[in-house]
Amino acid sequence: MNAPVPTDRLASPSPASNVVPGTPAGPPRGDGILVDRVSVTYPNGTTAVRDASFALDPGTICALVGINGSGKSTVFKAIMGFVRPSAGAVRLCGMPVAQALKRNIVAYVPQSEDVDWNFPVLVEDVVMMGRYGHMNMLRIPARADRAKVDEALERVGMAAFRKRQIGELSGGQKKRVFLARALAQEGRIILLDEPFTGVDVTTEGAIVALLRELRAAGHVMLVSTHDLGSVPDFCDQVVLLDRTVLAAGATAEVFTPENLQRTFGGALRNFRLGGAALHQDADRRSLTVLTDDERPLVFYGDPDSDGEGRT
Amino acid sequence: MDGLLAELLVPFDYDYMRKAIWVSALVGGTCAFLSAYLMLKGWSLMGDALGHAIVPGVAVAAILGAPFAAGAFVAGLFASLAMYVVRQKTKLREDAVIGLVFTSLFALGLLIASMRPTAVSIQTIVLGNILAISDEDIVQVAVIAGVSLAVMALLWKDLMVTFFDEAHARSIGLRVTTLKIVFFTLLSACTVAALQTVGACLVIAMVVTPGATAYLLTDRFGRLIGISVALGVSTSAVGAYLSYFLDGATGGVIVTLQTLLFLAAFVFAPRHGVLASRRRRAAGLGETREAARAREAIQAREAIQAREVAP
Ligand SMILES: Nc1ncnc2c1ncn2[C@@H]1O[C@H](COP(=O)(O)OP(=O)(O)OP(=O)(O)O)[C@@H](O)[C@H]1O
Ligand SMILES: [Mg+2]
Repeated sequence: MNAPVPTDRLASPSPASNVVPGTPAGPPRGDGILVDRVSVTYPNGTTAVRDASFALDPGTICALVGINGSGKSTVFKAIMGFVRPSAGAVRLCGMPVAQALKRNIVAYVPQSEDVDWNFPVLVEDVVMMGRYGHMNMLRIPARADRAKVDEALERVGMAAFRKRQIGELSGGQKKRVFLARALAQEGRIILLDEPFTGVDVTTEGAIVALLRELRAAGHVMLVSTHDLGSVPDFCDQVVLLDRTVLAAGATAEVFTPENLQRTFGGALRNFRLGGAALHQDADRRSLTVLTDDERPLVFYGDPDSDGEGRT
Repeated sequence: MDGLLAELLVPFDYDYMRKAIWVSALVGGTCAFLSAYLMLKGWSLMGDALGHAIVPGVAVAAILGAPFAAGAFVAGLFASLAMYVVRQKTKLREDAVIGLVFTSLFALGLLIASMRPTAVSIQTIVLGNILAISDEDIVQVAVIAGVSLAVMALLWKDLMVTFFDEAHARSIGLRVTTLKIVFFTLLSACTVAALQTVGACLVIAMVVTPGATAYLLTDRFGRLIGISVALGVSTSAVGAYLSYFLDGATGGVIVTLQTLLFLAAFVFAPRHGVLASRRRRAAGLGETREAARAREAIQAREAIQAREVAP
């Protein structure tokens, strides 16, 4: 699953594993997340995102890809209502943001620097916070809430750590706890800001498997990531961002070498190997390796190749 | 023996001592509740700032013949707001903002008080005078403390989420800004109450020390609040009682007691205390010592085997 992906898989219609049963054909209508011509200007005058639009339906995993400072976190903030768009609008499950938040529809897995790790809360307390939106004013957990917390901890494999103070975990473990909180929250929409940074391959695999389960259950997930290599593995939609949406749509159509070049410009390490540099024989295939900062994305130039040349 | 007991019960014979004890306990408990939050967010100095910043309010109230608490409360809110605005609009660090706002207001307060020395006793404002508190002030303090405790009992979990992970708090539909305003309003009100008990200079101790002590004793926020309130109530009541015998300023006695308990926790706390971590580190070293012994044993055996193999 973690092997780089050959072009033929990208160029052909999405592989079976990426198709959710019952997903209507045609472009997404935005029944999950609809970002409609949104611009965000910060108080210091920086316009971080201009005229960004994309639409996601339930049962989708969408990657949000772009260089540092391209506005990924800003898009999350706009979806969460942290920053008010200076133009355009966001609708979540057909509702305005404020209403969607009140209905407890959105779960957010933060970039790890946004949390106070010294706070005296245990892992299970953090996951229980996901249930607060389902409780009464006093936030007294019912048996059902405890059961959900247990289940969420099991699913991310953190049940053994439930009595640890939240700061006493490794980076990858912290990520899993926050994922468990999102599970316990049972939001239709899950936003994950760089869930794979500093996470090893096993944990990444576990997180991806979990996201797939959630997709099958009809959740919408928006995942910002620098890990280009894994995007075609589990994302059925991609939004390429550079202060605006450069391209958005099905992975097969959008996640192409040309678009990625456009998104990353010089920031992407790009090795094109072909002809004499690659082979001594008459093979005319070429090989393109794109890498941002994590796992490289490998395109094989010849559409006939069946991927024997995988690295 | 009977004589000693009678001696110890003497303070309870005086109406003013009885009042001082229960009012101090009430104020101490309320401040301790708030301290659990303040200390965690690095806002500890905020308490100090408010304590000093409300002095001009008290001075003006005294000159106008208005209730102390009203003037103090207005000034406290103004100070909180000023700190918030300066913080938002500039890139100054929190401590600089706090220092700036509270010294300015304290200076203003001293200036006003010194212009009308008959109306205002600076000594009372700075050092507090619980032993001479008027019935009217007792009612004010009791109302402030009662309302604060009730509101905090209702909202403590929502505030915990807000301070731990604001993004998540929003995502479950909490009104983060409103919650923060409520918290700082209560804080302003409680510093007013504490001003009467321990004086402007020592307010900070009341809103920091119990929480800090409790932090060393537990990793769960709910327990932290419980411990903190228990410490606040007991030290304040006992401090007020002892001040009868010591003939010292009540505030001084209370805060000294709180500091002693903090030091005890610092040394003896079961998990986060100095002794405990030294013991744990020694245990950790013990393991490596054992590992070293095992390695030595293996090396010795290998040496013997080598000798046996050699002719
Ligand atoms: N609070 C802020 N005030 C002003 N400008 C900001 C603020 N936050 C972000 N920006 C600017 O907006 C732009 C987009 O930032 P954003 O955080 O959305 O990038 P990002 O795509 O998440 O980057 P990264 O990959 O580093 O997380 C950047 O140029 C940044 O400097
Ligand atoms: Mg970011």
